[in-house]
Amino acid sequence: MLKLNHISKTFNPGTVNEKTAIQDLSLHLKKGDFATIIGSNGAGKSTLFNAICGDFLTDSGSVILDGADITFVPQHVRAKNIGRLYQDPMRGSAPGMTIEENLALAAGSGGWFSRISKKDKARFREKLALLDIGLEDRMSQPVGLLSGGQRQALTLLMSTMVPPKLLLLDEHTAALDPATAEKVLNLTKRIVEENQLTCLMITHNMQSALELGNRTLMMDSGRIVLDISGSEREGLTVDSLLEKFNAGAGRKLDNDRILLSKKK
Amino acid sequence: MTLTAVFALGQTALKLGLICSLTVLALFLSYSMLNVCDLSTDGCFTLGAAVGAAVAISGHPFLSIFAAMLAGVSSGFITAILQTKLGVDSLLAGIIVNTGLYSINIAVMGGSSLLNMNKTTTVFTMAKDMLSDTPLAAQTEILAAAAAVILVIGFLVFFLKTRLGLAIRATGNNADMVKSSSINPVFTTVAGLCVANAFTGLSGCLLAQSQKSVDINIGQGMVTIALASLLIGGTVMGRGGILKRAVGMVLGSVIFRLVYTIALRFNMPAFMLKLVSSVIVILAISGPYLKKQWPQMKRRLTYKKGGI
Repeated sequence: MLKLNHISKTFNPGTVNEKTAIQDLSLHLKKGDFATIIGSNGAGKSTLFNAICGDFLTDSGSVILDGADITFVPQHVRAKNIGRLYQDPMRGSAPGMTIEENLALAAGSGGWFSRISKKDKARFREKLALLDIGLEDRMSQPVGLLSGGQRQALTLLMSTMVPPKLLLLDEHTAALDPATAEKVLNLTKRIVEENQLTCLMITHNMQSALELGNRTLMMDSGRIVLDISGSEREGLTVDSLLEKFNAGAGRKLDNDRILLSKKK
Repeated sequence: MTLTAVFALGQTALKLGLICSLTVLALFLSYSMLNVCDLSTDGCFTLGAAVGAAVAISGHPFLSIFAAMLAGVSSGFITAILQTKLGVDSLLAGIIVNTGLYSINIAVMGGSSLLNMNKTTTVFTMAKDMLSDTPLAAQTEILAAAAAVILVIGFLVFFLKTRLGLAIRATGNNADMVKSSSINPVFTTVAGLCVANAFTGLSGCLLAQSQKSVDINIGQGMVTIALASLLIGGTVMGRGGILKRAVGMVLGSVIFRLVYTIALRFNMPAFMLKLVSSVIVILAISGPYLKKQWPQMKRRLTYKKGGI
């Protein structure tokens, strides 16, 4: 589904602030793959997502999505096939517009001058009811009134309304309280399973990195240093994962967030 | 002052308020919805007036309306392209277009800075002829202006609920969201500014035709006057749906003109209009800000006096 061939990206080349964020990175995701990505801050995880989404053009290499070369396709065109959730729940929806207006934008059906029909409303209501957080009765309220968790759940629904070819989750539960985070995570699991989405998820929680999906990637200094799936991944504990990382990256993992969250 | 004089003053205020409310509605779209402060408004207003006058003088009163709107669209298009495709800051783009339009406007008026339409058939004289035998004859200008306002509000209410309208609103409301969605912010900004400036052009055209002349300075300070009206309208109407807010814009515009007319009656010279509008904009924007700061200031003062 997604093929990254030897992509690289260096920011501010030729200056003192030069930073190689992605180094000759290749990745092949099969249709229906759900890979979790872990790695310390600055490892290039979010930059990888930015490269896939087209926030910037890569310096070298190519990006292939479902057989189509999208290396130079503009961001908003790629977005038709790529859903993305950020850590900040405020980022994915327009607070001044109502829930149904946000959903109508995400559904993106009809021409530029089409309006929300009764049929659309019924469909939105049905989809919202599946979230099971009572949003279906608040469809004409502005999104700004929702809590962070509700907004993130809504954003999840918005980005999967038209099932995308690829779903990118950038620590989308990190800013939520533990109970809400779990709810949104379960929701994510269900939606991904139901639509059989191909999905990449960045997380700082080692436990969920191993539990969720069918593949785990570890990044360091702009490279994928560890790629485990199948039988090798089953039965892997957080400690053995850390050991593997140290072997792969050739240095001790010194990220507090990762060390803390492994204790869960 | 007799009652008739008061009535006549009220009528003038209402007419001006209605005509200029079209510019307020334009800013409602660009400033409130798209979140772009379009400083080309002054020049675009004059452009609409000049183009409308030139076309009307050549004998096409109806065409003048569409020509003025089309001129507005072109102006908005250039402002939008400057800020989306050519890397010019959005405020600067408006200022640059505004400056450039000064030359264009004089060129449109055939090299002079004043066009007279005393003997020209305009949409207002046509409306007068049409209603001359009815009891409404005395109010034709207000009726014609009101018809334009109702049409524009009707269009806006419809437009802002379409998918394009929603996309424009989202662009102004959450740029981050739009950036990572399939909406092209370049397209929505261009579309929004084109539509908004069409209304600004229409507004200028109608003002010129109602006062039967165009002066190169007809649009000067229009953006401040319109912003003042927009803020007054927003305060009067409060939160609500698009229709309620759009009606608020018209109310704001009429209220502004009424206050101004009353001020003139108290011997305020006419040239003070622009200062008054500036002060209103300042009060409307910094008022809520200072109100929010007040508890902090109060605490600091009591602390200095030895309080807790």
